[in-house]
Amino acid sequence: MTSPNRPRSFQEIILRLQNYWAATGCAVLQPYDMEVGAGTFHPATTLRSLGSRPWAAAYVQPSRRPTDGRYGENPNRLQHYYQYQVIIKPSPPDLQDLYLGSLRAIGLDPMIHDVRFVEDDWESPTLGAWGLGWEVWCDGMEVSQFTYFQQVGGHDCRPVSGELTYGLERLAMYVLGVEHVMDMPFNDPDSPIPLTYGDIFRQTEREYSRWNFDQVDTAMLFQHFKDAEDECARILAADPEDSAGRRIPMAHPAYDQAIKASHIFNLLDARGVISVTERQAYIGRVRALAKACADLFLTTDAAREDAA
Amino acid sequence: MPDLLIELFSEEIPARMQARAREDLRKLLTDGLVEAGLTYASAGAFSTPRRLTLAIEGLSANSPTTREERKGPRTDAPDAALEGFLRSTGLTRDQLEARDDKKGQVWFATITRPGRPAAEIVAEVLEAAIRNFPWPKSMRWGSGNMRWVRPLHSIMCILTDEAGAQVVPLTVEGITAGDTTRGHRFMAPDAFAVTGFDDYAAKLRRARVMLDSAEREAEIRSQAENLAFARGWQIVPDDGLLAEVAGLVEWPVPLMGVIEDRFLDLPPEVLQTSMKEHQKFFSARNPKTGRIEGFVTVANIETPDDGTTILAGNQRVLAARLSDAAFFYENDLREARAGMTHWAEGLQSVTFHNKLGSQADRIARIAALAREIAPLVGADPDHAEEAAQLAKLDLRSSMVGEFPELQGTMGRYYALAAGKPQAIADAARDHYSPLGPSDDVPTAPVSVAVALSDKIDTLTGFWAIDEKPTGSKDPFALRRAALGVIRLVLGNNLRVHSTQCFINHLMSKCLIDTNPHGTGRGDGYGFGPQPDYSIEFFVMASGGGFGGGDDQKAAFWADEAAQAATDLLAFLHDRLKVYLRDQGIRHDIIDAVLAQPGNDDLVLVVNRSVALNDMLKTEDGKNLTQGLKRAGNILTQAEEKDGVEYSFGADEKFAETEAERALFKALDTAEPAIRQATKAEDFPAAMQAIAALRAPIDAFFEAVQVNSDNQILRRNRLNLLSRIREAGRQIADFTKIEG
Repeated sequence: MTSPNRPRSFQEIILRLQNYWAATGCAVLQPYDMEVGAGTFHPATTLRSLGSRPWAAAYVQPSRRPTDGRYGENPNRLQHYYQYQVIIKPSPPDLQDLYLGSLRAIGLDPMIHDVRFVEDDWESPTLGAWGLGWEVWCDGMEVSQFTYFQQVGGHDCRPVSGELTYGLERLAMYVLGVEHVMDMPFNDPDSPIPLTYGDIFRQTEREYSRWNFDQVDTAMLFQHFKDAEDECARILAADPEDSAGRRIPMAHPAYDQAIKASHIFNLLDARGVISVTERQAYIGRVRALAKACADLFLTTDAAREDAA
Repeated sequence: MPDLLIELFSEEIPARMQARAREDLRKLLTDGLVEAGLTYASAGAFSTPRRLTLAIEGLSANSPTTREERKGPRTDAPDAALEGFLRSTGLTRDQLEARDDKKGQVWFATITRPGRPAAEIVAEVLEAAIRNFPWPKSMRWGSGNMRWVRPLHSIMCILTDEAGAQVVPLTVEGITAGDTTRGHRFMAPDAFAVTGFDDYAAKLRRARVMLDSAEREAEIRSQAENLAFARGWQIVPDDGLLAEVAGLVEWPVPLMGVIEDRFLDLPPEVLQTSMKEHQKFFSARNPKTGRIEGFVTVANIETPDDGTTILAGNQRVLAARLSDAAFFYENDLREARAGMTHWAEGLQSVTFHNKLGSQADRIARIAALAREIAPLVGADPDHAEEAAQLAKLDLRSSMVGEFPELQGTMGRYYALAAGKPQAIADAARDHYSPLGPSDDVPTAPVSVAVALSDKIDTLTGFWAIDEKPTGSKDPFALRRAALGVIRLVLGNNLRVHSTQCFINHLMSKCLIDTNPHGTGRGDGYGFGPQPDYSIEFFVMASGGGFGGGDDQKAAFWADEAAQAATDLLAFLHDRLKVYLRDQGIRHDIIDAVLAQPGNDDLVLVVNRSVALNDMLKTEDGKNLTQGLKRAGNILTQAEEKDGVEYSFGADEKFAETEAERALFKALDTAEPAIRQATKAEDFPAAMQAIAALRAPIDAFFEAVQVNSDNQILRRNRLNLLSRIREAGRQIADFTKIEG
């Protein structure tokens, strides 16, 4: 793995992916400014995979999975991590080749490595979404998820979006040959002030792990879940016309509340206060919100190709 | 006779779907072609991760011309009738022929359907096959409406004869068939044209694609074995994994790696499962140490560094995975040594079924039953009870959370770590067995007690809440549980009166449950708030609610339990019939035996059935059955006619013929012999004794008319027949024997 093409830091891998996908014509977006469990939750994926309007976007998404917190001690697990997300609608016929090009861009040459597409169907019960595709293996390690969306929010995707998700830390650790995530160089190791992943995140992992598992006020979370659910419902039920008679359905603000409910549910789950049976019920409640937001989004101009 | 070559080239097809897809493609095409009138000599289907291929040899160049003659209306029929006939045949009046028929002149039409060229038919059949292909899961992509397992990129469809290869004109949803394909995704990605199957297979090989999955499997197997042999190791055979891996590569390149020393203390099952499930590695065992010390991964590419980078990467991923496993194992062992109380507590909050309480409730029931069953199977009751209490605790362990298929296996390690006796630890591993008709049956007494209790609790539980299998639906695998009971009972020659055992367990479920959070109180993880049959059943049984002390109600619920038990026994009998049929015992023989008393003792039922089955294969047995049936029929008719039962007092002094006297004598000998043999459960001897009646019975019917005019003689003979019937009834209900 000592090719001259090899990146030297975590951020260089991200920058190369940004440049690569920008060069293919994707709009390089910024992360969504809310707590989400995965890049898929970004409205640029969830909502924009609906409707007929063509779309191509790439972005980094900070993602939070409270149950995966390990106080920064586990070499591979974090409660806060980054995903790189590419979403293109309609999925282009050469999407696999485009994807392989991105691996070359970050120094993984498929002529030296063993790159494989291994069946993995994707389903998100909270988003009412599913698709078919693969997990992509490089030398036996899963480096990406590759999915052709079939349904989102209970709606058939027409056309179909192709979604690529890279787990950035794991991928970068492999490319950089690092054993523990906290040891990974974040910026160039030869920088005047070299910083590792641990320099930046060890403290936060410890703090959030404690808060997620032991401290977060569950009574408040239950209330917040309910608040988000109520507000989402209220927005969805609002008159699509404003006081000036303009038609402005508010799919995105409603969807924000669905995202919020979803993350609060994840926190409650990490706190261990949701029983097995209740779990299904909560997932069902979030799904109901996501579906209703999808329904509303489909009535907006952003969803229609013919709209101005 | 042209040859046909079809290739459907797509993005990676899931490995598990390939074998079925090959067969479906072959069948859809050959059936369609034959239906359209074509014939062929042979057809072979192939698959790689990126292609489905079908090669048909010796296809007819055209379908034959067919002629069909159709009779129309009479020539003097109204015009409307004639017009209808012309419309339906597509002919004009001058193409019809008038012929004489019985009722006058009638129009006849001869419809000629000209043969069609194979290419036309192939195009139609292939398009239909692509559009209706029975993938277990299919998808759309891009802006199209077509469905395939993953995006379909190209179609090759060529007919080859002496004149050369011709592309079959065909376009499906924008994909036009051609004569080109591509090689290995990385090693030979360029398109190339082919002229026929041999050319195709040869060029693919040069382009680093091994077309035949059987060849890929053989290649992986032999190379892996060679790699292992070079180190003095052996590959742990795994046909399922082999087939899967062969479906993940077009050009298999096995590479061997070594497991780091620090992981070698992990149980071999953990190493094997982790490597197989996560990474699709084959395990290599060192026969000298008995441990799994290496692995073989199968890459899909030949690299300039001979796979060094690939192997290093795989090794790294494995180390991360095994570190996780080692971490889980260490944590679990710590809990195991501490007595596993956390796990036991944890199972209280794991619902088994919302009407049957938590796993902890279930374990308590199984433990009580295991204690009860222990003496029957020669196990120490304390051991059986403790084993049942421990057997499922590993469900809460981290390792089983990660690898559910290691349930039981880990339980054994943890029980040993907790310092439990070997027999108790083994029961944790073995109590799920047998899982199928060919799985090994546990024989160690403690294991048998727990295995049997586990399954009986499952069956009685779901019977009590009326969740029985219907048709093809058996979500709780109750058929498998019933087969498990059967095999445990038979395999260990256990003499159990199943019905009583079921009733006892049904009734005691309740008694076990005295804790305030458990089954039947309508709280927590137990029953839902809606009262129903099952709740009442359990509430009653648990001595809570309305049950306590009310004799009438107690009797009512005892009756319910007895009914459920009877119904469950019938289910067990059904499964027994299926099981014995597979062993070559006719269902009517089992029915004849099941009609006997003591049919809830399965060992007895089987011994009787086997002996009867053997006897009925002999000439004596077959004829005896006829004789017994004849005696039975005559007797039944007479009894119905006369309204009395002839069951007593045949007297030899009224015997008229030698044959009658001989039958008296034979019965005098046979009756006590049959009685003694059946009492001793020596069924072969019983069969021998009754088979001895064959000749005398035959001779009797030969010589004597039963329904004599002489009423005394008649009555005496009917009473004699009754003795024959009784002799038969000692063995089985022969009226149920067919033929």
